[in-house]
Amino acid sequence: MTIQFNPADLLVILPELVLLGATCAILLIDLFLKPSQRDITHWLSIVAIAVTSFLVWRGAPEVAQGVSAFNGMFKHDGISVVLKQFVLLTTGLSLFYARNYMRERSLLFGEFYLLILFATIGMMLLVSAGSLVIAYLGLELLALSSYALVALNRNSAISAEAAIKYFVLGALASGLLLYGMSMIYGATGTLDLAAISAQINQVEHRGWLAIGLVFIVSGVAFKLGAAPFHMWLPDVYHGAPTAITVFIGSAPKVAAFGLLYRLLEGGLGPMSEHWTPMLALLSVLSLAVGNLFAIAQSNLKRMLAYSTISHIGFMLLGFVGGSPAGYSAAMFYIISYTMTATVAFGIIALLARAGFECEEIDDFKGLNQRSPWYAAIMGISMFSLAGVPPLFGFFAKLLVLKSAIDAGFLWLAIVAIIFAIIGIYYYLRVVKVMYFDAAADDAAVPLPADLPLRWVISLNGLALVVLGLAWGPLFDWCNRAFGV
Amino acid sequence: MITLAHFLGLAAVLLCIAVAGFFINRKNVIVLLMCIELLLLAVNTNFIAFSRYLGDPSGQVFVFFILTVAAAEAAIGLAILVVLFRNRATIDVTDIDKLKG
Repeated sequence: MTIQFNPADLLVILPELVLLGATCAILLIDLFLKPSQRDITHWLSIVAIAVTSFLVWRGAPEVAQGVSAFNGMFKHDGISVVLKQFVLLTTGLSLFYARNYMRERSLLFGEFYLLILFATIGMMLLVSAGSLVIAYLGLELLALSSYALVALNRNSAISAEAAIKYFVLGALASGLLLYGMSMIYGATGTLDLAAISAQINQVEHRGWLAIGLVFIVSGVAFKLGAAPFHMWLPDVYHGAPTAITVFIGSAPKVAAFGLLYRLLEGGLGPMSEHWTPMLALLSVLSLAVGNLFAIAQSNLKRMLAYSTISHIGFMLLGFVGGSPAGYSAAMFYIISYTMTATVAFGIIALLARAGFECEEIDDFKGLNQRSPWYAAIMGISMFSLAGVPPLFGFFAKLLVLKSAIDAGFLWLAIVAIIFAIIGIYYYLRVVKVMYFDAAADDAAVPLPADLPLRWVISLNGLALVVLGLAWGPLFDWCNRAFGV
Repeated sequence: MITLAHFLGLAAVLLCIAVAGFFINRKNVIVLLMCIELLLLAVNTNFIAFSRYLGDPSGQVFVFFILTVAAAEAAIGLAILVVLFRNRATIDVTDIDKLKG
């Protein structure tokens, strides 16, 4: 194999290069800023993300199957464009939601922005991975930044505990994933995902492939937080500062979808009859564990963490058919979930004040009398997570259920609907607490003076209604990406 | 004669020791960090054995990346451990139990 460097390849990764350059520049600029000037870092990071998003849009490949660069290491196709746009969008949203929360707790370090930007570069590489090496490096860049972000509050014992749990289990997952990759490499003799897919039917050592597949599925399930590999997720969501939970709960889920798609369909696609039953099992377990454990929670962040597990189970419904139409529905689902989860976590961060975390469900009592607008936004996001029409989450659920039924998994769709109905209970409990319970005091909620935060979260909440009423264009975009 | 199967067996044994260490260890978080390193070394053994057997250098290149990332991972892990110790004055696995439910 000869390796050639083609300068035109640099144009394909231009958005990543620009974001990397901007991140290094922000790192240097931030060194010369006083803590009171941290807003400059904030706006520079937002601009860097916006410019990257523009370049991704400009650089979208004209051909449907996309282009690859660096000898197939990097794939740039419709799927990576959609995923990158939503990774950048949700990262930008979490920066807006985080600033006020972090400043009130004196946590607004320059490192916060840098770690988030490095994690974003990792996610962009991850969703474009054309080789096992790039998938691993992108994943680790994301994971290492996330571990440090969770531990950012150095004086909090529960943050430190969440970080060590996240680190140990995340490193275990990476190790299992790598072991699977090594078996796949041994069986097929290549690290390139397209070449693995092409050679998989001629492999003589089927046993190595089977071991590799099992380890890869469990490693990815760990990263996604699918049951029974979900133990870290509630603790990390609960222990991390809320502003960090907004980030960890949103963009990395989109990237994990990209990882699942690239490894299983891109690399091990011809073995889909072996991995679809595994994903069906993960899906059932996630739906059951997520929805049943969420009922028992009194902490809203923990409840939303269990709800994440159940949403991952729903997303996996799109994968069980092993067809492009299903992947497209799953991508639509994960986009809808992240857009909704950013609102829910964002409202918790918005209502929190110095010395008051506002993360217990009881803290939302009587929110309607005290702040009707934000109670309405929170209500929209809860209804959307529950899947009530005509909100965004309803159509996402409808489309993955349809794809599972089309794939012949009627029993799985019925199980999913039963658990979705159970799930409505704990989402509506939050709405009930906000609208029908009396608040401890009737004083209006002191809202942060951060105007961009209030505007962005309102727009994000309204987007859930608008995208619920007009979901066609976004779904067409997902379909085009998969060539459906 | 040492064959590929021997190396794969060695890697599998290392993997089992590492994973067992995760679940049996009830004492010390540092032992968990050692288990993570052992797990990555098992993977490296696998990659190098396959790379030699297939006559394809890309597996060995991957090992360099894994070693580099493992060093960064250990640094972050130890840093988090220091934060944990400063807050709790203990690194016992059994004492890490404030978050549950």
